[in-house]
Amino acid sequence: MPGKIFSLPESVARFVPDGSSVALGCALEPAIPFAFAHELIRQGRRDLELIGPISDIAFDQLIGAGCVRGVTAAWIGNVSAGLAHAYRRAMEQGVPRRIEVHDHTNFTIAQALLAGALGAPYLPTRTILGSDIARANPTFREATDPFSGDRVLLVPAIAPDVTVIAAQRADADGNTHLWGPWGVSQEAALAAKAVIVLADEIVERAVIASDPNRTIVPGTKVAAVVHEPGACHPSPLQGRYRRDHDFYREYHAATRTAEGQSAWLAEWVTGVPDRAAYLAKLGPRWVALRDYGRPAAEVRY
Amino acid sequence: MSEGTYFSKAELMVAQAAREIADGERVFVGMRLPLIAFVVAKRTHAPSAVGLFELGIVRDEPSPELLYTMGDTPNVAGAVWCARTIDLMGLLQRGDIDAGFIGGAEIDRHGNLNTTAIGPDRMHPDVQLPGSGGGGDIASLARRLIVIMPHDRRRLREKVDFVTSPGYGNGRGWRERQGLARGGPSVLITTLGVFRFVDGEAVLASFHPGSSVERIRAETGWDLRVAADVRETEPPSAEALRVIREYDPHGFWTRREE
Repeated sequence: MPGKIFSLPESVARFVPDGSSVALGCALEPAIPFAFAHELIRQGRRDLELIGPISDIAFDQLIGAGCVRGVTAAWIGNVSAGLAHAYRRAMEQGVPRRIEVHDHTNFTIAQALLAGALGAPYLPTRTILGSDIARANPTFREATDPFSGDRVLLVPAIAPDVTVIAAQRADADGNTHLWGPWGVSQEAALAAKAVIVLADEIVERAVIASDPNRTIVPGTKVAAVVHEPGACHPSPLQGRYRRDHDFYREYHAATRTAEGQSAWLAEWVTGVPDRAAYLAKLGPRWVALRDYGRPAAEVRY
Repeated sequence: MSEGTYFSKAELMVAQAAREIADGERVFVGMRLPLIAFVVAKRTHAPSAVGLFELGIVRDEPSPELLYTMGDTPNVAGAVWCARTIDLMGLLQRGDIDAGFIGGAEIDRHGNLNTTAIGPDRMHPDVQLPGSGGGGDIASLARRLIVIMPHDRRRLREKVDFVTSPGYGNGRGWRERQGLARGGPSVLITTLGVFRFVDGEAVLASFHPGSSVERIRAETGWDLRVAADVRETEPPSAEALRVIREYDPHGFWTRREE
């Protein structure tokens, strides 16, 4: 069982070669595994295909660092501060490189990953019929429902090489509890060839087994468990820490130019050896974000 | 502006958007100003409205503090359901959602919205925008759509470069021909006025205090249609302003420069 516990650098080195397709940030705004994105940058990964619903600056950082060949996503920006400058530079100027984009909506990306999780070839949908997204993404097909004769859009399955899930707690075998909204996390995990869990806390199996309805993914799907407290900053993790809104604003201001982007990455990513050093660099600001929330009513099984 | 009561354009837009929600309705709440509009509706005339957030949250009471994103921890505390995106999108696709609120970068007179890219070639854009998020889904599948955006000629265009979120296409009957089962924009609320959609086309229904039909005509990129009974937009009520300022005390969303 302890065979699944890896350090963050080991998990990247072993499971994410250049050219991998990687789903992360699948809970949308919360529980984004920034620590993992930063380690991908530190190890100089190239030609990644990023998969996710929205990305609240994590994809922007990977694009700005030159790690990315393509993006399959519904939204890439900075939710509370504005546009994503590195994504803009890549698309508008090819800086630091051109990337290929497959536009989705939050519903179609969820359906693509659900199809992957079901082992189904595609799922039909009624969303975005007639939109330019349906035309611009060449993986979609319009079709006629053989039962009703209605027009439908067929969304093909997506099966990421790796899905990264950040969560409050997991056991050494990868059985993982995530609470708060799940977004597309469960579909992305079940669709993936390998799942890497970044757990704020490693717990005994009995803790997970005491509340199995809270398990987002069973250990049978998980290849690696990384104990990485604070992995999601500046995004929040329910019952652990709040969102650091100022950090998103500061990132937005700092990365308006390519030089600013490089300086930001040098300061916050390549300039720190690991997550512990990053959190230490945040100092009292990190401590102030801790929020242990309220306990839920007891559940008896 | 009578009585010298000051309010920002964003406060006026939020108050107007809140009026569009009826009590008891199930509402899909988008990012930024819609987050506040839902709170104003709940705390004024629509106490039993229910808010659905696409990342997987359902609330029947407003979050206890200001949201910068729908995924902030205060939006989970006191929620009645934490679920998956696909669960909420499924409700939307079934037709269970009365209204959705979204913003946009560009809109045309048929209510088609672009939040993807500006320029003729989507893969080599002049300006890369963030994309659909759930906007395309809400525009396609909600029973009606409330759109909130800043008003200028570069944003209210005869034709948008990319249709991210379908409105009425090229006019009446288009949605049905595409296979969209229902919906479409019911109202466009801008920094200058309020448009209603008649036969799939935007018609100016009111101009905000300090604005005018002529100003709006000058700032609109299509041949403006004006309702016969066009009038001044009702200013935000004192109660709505109180709720907005209590909820967003530093004006993060509602007193920033447009």
